[in-house]
Amino acid sequence: MAQELICLKDLVMEFGKDRVLDSINLSIEDKKFMTLLGPSGCGKTTTLRIIAGFQNPTSGEVFFDQQKINDVPPYKRQINTVFQNYALFPHLDVYDNIAFGLRISKLPEEEIDKRVGEMLEAVSLKGFENRKVTSLSGGQQQRVAIARALVNRPKVLLLDEPLGALDLRLRKDMQNELKAIQQEVGITFVYVTHDQEEALSMSDTVVVMDAGKIQQIGTPEDIYNEPANAFVADFIGESNILDGIMVDDFRVKFFDREFACVDQGFEKNEPVDVVIRPEDVDIVAPDDGHLCGTVTNVTFKGVHYDTIVDFKGFKWLIQTTDFHKEGSVIGIRLNPDDIHVMHKSEYSGMFGDYSSYSEEYDDISVVEDDEENE
Amino acid sequence: MRNVSKVITIIVFIFLYVPIIILAISSFSSGTDLAVFKEFTLNQYHELFRDTDLLILVRNSAIIAVLSTSIATILGTAAALGMHKMSKKMRNLVMSMTNIPMTNPDIVTGVSLALMFAFTGTMLKLNSILGFWTLLIAHVTFNLPYVILNVMPRLSQMDQNLTDAALDLGCTPVKAFFKVTIHEIMPGIIAGALMSFTMSLDDFVISYFVTGSGFVTLPVEIYNYTKKPIHPKLYALFTLMFIVILALMIVMNVLQAKADKRKSQSHASQIGGVS
Amino acid sequence: MKRKWLTAPYIVWMLLFTIIPLCIVIYFAFTDSITGEFTFSNITGMWDYAPIFLRSIWLSVIATIICLIIGYPVAYTIAQCKPRTQQLLQMLIMLPMCMSFLLRTLAWVALLEDTGIINNFVSAIGLTPLPLIRNSGAVILGMVYNYLPYMILPLYTSISKINPRLIEAAEDLGCNKTKVFGKVTLPLSMPGIASGITMVFVPAVSTFYISQKLGSPGTILVGDIIESQFKGAYNPNLGAAMSLILMILIFICIGISNHFTNSDSEEEVMMP
Repeated sequence: MAQELICLKDLVMEFGKDRVLDSINLSIEDKKFMTLLGPSGCGKTTTLRIIAGFQNPTSGEVFFDQQKINDVPPYKRQINTVFQNYALFPHLDVYDNIAFGLRISKLPEEEIDKRVGEMLEAVSLKGFENRKVTSLSGGQQQRVAIARALVNRPKVLLLDEPLGALDLRLRKDMQNELKAIQQEVGITFVYVTHDQEEALSMSDTVVVMDAGKIQQIGTPEDIYNEPANAFVADFIGESNILDGIMVDDFRVKFFDREFACVDQGFEKNEPVDVVIRPEDVDIVAPDDGHLCGTVTNVTFKGVHYDTIVDFKGFKWLIQTTDFHKEGSVIGIRLNPDDIHVMHKSEYSGMFGDYSSYSEEYDDISVVEDDEENE
Repeated sequence: MRNVSKVITIIVFIFLYVPIIILAISSFSSGTDLAVFKEFTLNQYHELFRDTDLLILVRNSAIIAVLSTSIATILGTAAALGMHKMSKKMRNLVMSMTNIPMTNPDIVTGVSLALMFAFTGTMLKLNSILGFWTLLIAHVTFNLPYVILNVMPRLSQMDQNLTDAALDLGCTPVKAFFKVTIHEIMPGIIAGALMSFTMSLDDFVISYFVTGSGFVTLPVEIYNYTKKPIHPKLYALFTLMFIVILALMIVMNVLQAKADKRKSQSHASQIGGVS
Repeated sequence: MKRKWLTAPYIVWMLLFTIIPLCIVIYFAFTDSITGEFTFSNITGMWDYAPIFLRSIWLSVIATIICLIIGYPVAYTIAQCKPRTQQLLQMLIMLPMCMSFLLRTLAWVALLEDTGIINNFVSAIGLTPLPLIRNSGAVILGMVYNYLPYMILPLYTSISKINPRLIEAAEDLGCNKTKVFGKVTLPLSMPGIASGITMVFVPAVSTFYISQKLGSPGTILVGDIIESQFKGAYNPNLGAAMSLILMILIFICIGISNHFTNSDSEEEVMMP
């Protein structure tokens, strides 16, 4: 078990009547890559700003290395931040931006020169020393921002949606680069994003947040395969979420039919949410299936077809590489590990129904297209 | 339609500058009547520089303008910094107070200050406290809104994370202001200060009500001069001031153009870099 | 550290030198000039000056409307120029504002006088001299001349802020040039119109120098009366009452103008 570096105890943050954070308890381990993931307004950035010291929680405690740091101002914390939109100082050039923190702590100029030089090399910006930061591209500004924070050798680096302003290709490259930098410098990264793919591909631990509360903490695999509630299941990837009854351990009933599953520890006949990932469903001939439904909509997505299938009035999203045309009747088979059972929560019934598929899902893909075009 | 607009524009510019040109021409005339040009002479300029009274007035105006601008700039910038951190409600309240001298007619501002100074004078059992200090107070008061209205937008346009970034990198709040924030809001501070300075230099109405016999500024004295037949050396003074202000504006314009050019260049390369 | 406290000195200053003086104006407006007792007579006495108030408002409303009518095309033309030219023209509009308005008004006297430049020219070509000065027309001219830049600058600012894409969008949706102006440019420049009206009307309605130099005893304005209460026939209580009424009237006039220009909505359209 790695050592705990930062600990948040019962954090509450209120702005006027708005409760932005609602008793957040979180332990951040040393030298790990942790991501706070959630939709905008979920409180992830506020959590980050409390760790950095820019905001004081309404109540609750922040510990750093076992020391309470609630009253330590940001400039005395061994924590540095990479800001959204970078917050590079426009009146300084690349070198002076990176040297800023070192100059404030009054290091000798030779030492500063050496460390800035190393840092420039690390983020492959050698030769850009005297460029104005405003003349750099988004990706280059991003690197300067990382260098400016890391050159101070903080124990923790906080990153607030650092890739949000970059286009898709650059974002992918920077994801790999960030992960590599984290492993190289060997310090704790706390990363804030609303992009689930980014969170899954980079993190050691993902913290899913919504409405000021932590919904689930776990490894990327845990979060995807064993979502804690309907919100997490829906936010991370696509999910069909159905009402079910947990008949017994390893037995779940939905659509009036019992299925074998791998979940246990529920009460007998407890109402539950059942998650079925669209890519886990096997399509078979109508007679061989556990369930039988009619295809109502097919959309080509490149690697697969998004196929909407109507099962007794409930519409599922199924992702399949085979084309099944609209109106055709298909059967599906569900293996025990395709089925994930969750306790009921406040989010039950809000997500996972694809009846309004065409509008909702297309909207999302339009947004993604726009980002690529930028 | 567009041509009509152009013609109107040209006429308006002529309209605005005809009186100025008349005054400038008269400053080279040997007569005293603005309407009649007698002979070309530089006498008015000679007289102007020999008239120590007039030069003292210019100096008084300059002293008041410089001092009131400095005080208003410091006080106003500090106020804007604080207002920026206030809740919206508080900020609106302070802003509406800022707007009072802006929307009140000058004559009311002048009268209200004059009454207060008279009131204070009576309380202190002094004959009249009108003079340098009352003038300075009045000028600071009407300059403050210009500073605030110029600095506030700069503060809200500024990337709020910049100050946080400075704190994050080890600056105390005071250091963060001088190392980062001030650079960002400098154009607003300069614009506010320049506006204050010209307003202060040119103010007649408010000064007229709060000035005493001990310390008079140029515009107030010009008013007294214009009550009787005016001496043409004032036209010479006017012409010189026109040239100085014109030169100042051209310099500012060139500096602005250079800054804009730099900005657009860097902006262009930024866009080029991303796509 | 609480940065809010940086505003404290400013608030104290404004309280001392803006709010308290206004309170003193109110105090003086309601006290008798001789006995110092509370009285309404200063305010009720204002009825005697009603014609002067009306004249002040009437003349400055006309001046404001003229400023708007000739200022708008100027602002519009400037906003259509190349950026460099725009800056230059803006500077030329601002320049007269920085020069002594007393002397510039005096130059108008020289132009309009019975033996002034224009009438000299008129007589030279054999016509009878025109009565150009000492009438309301001359006062309005003086107001327009002095305050026109205060109309043009806010108009220019709001017109130049209009996103050109909006104009293109309107054309795309089938507006011709006139309709684009009526449906897009004009509504979007309303904030500029509102602040231009305020910036011209307020100093115009309260002026005293312009009417002294270009007007006649028949065109005395509120400003003249207020001025004389403090600088001539010393009656500060009457002057204070008059200032108070003037403030209230201005408040009402601005309210009416804002109602028509809808400037409360603050729908400013910024360039991206």
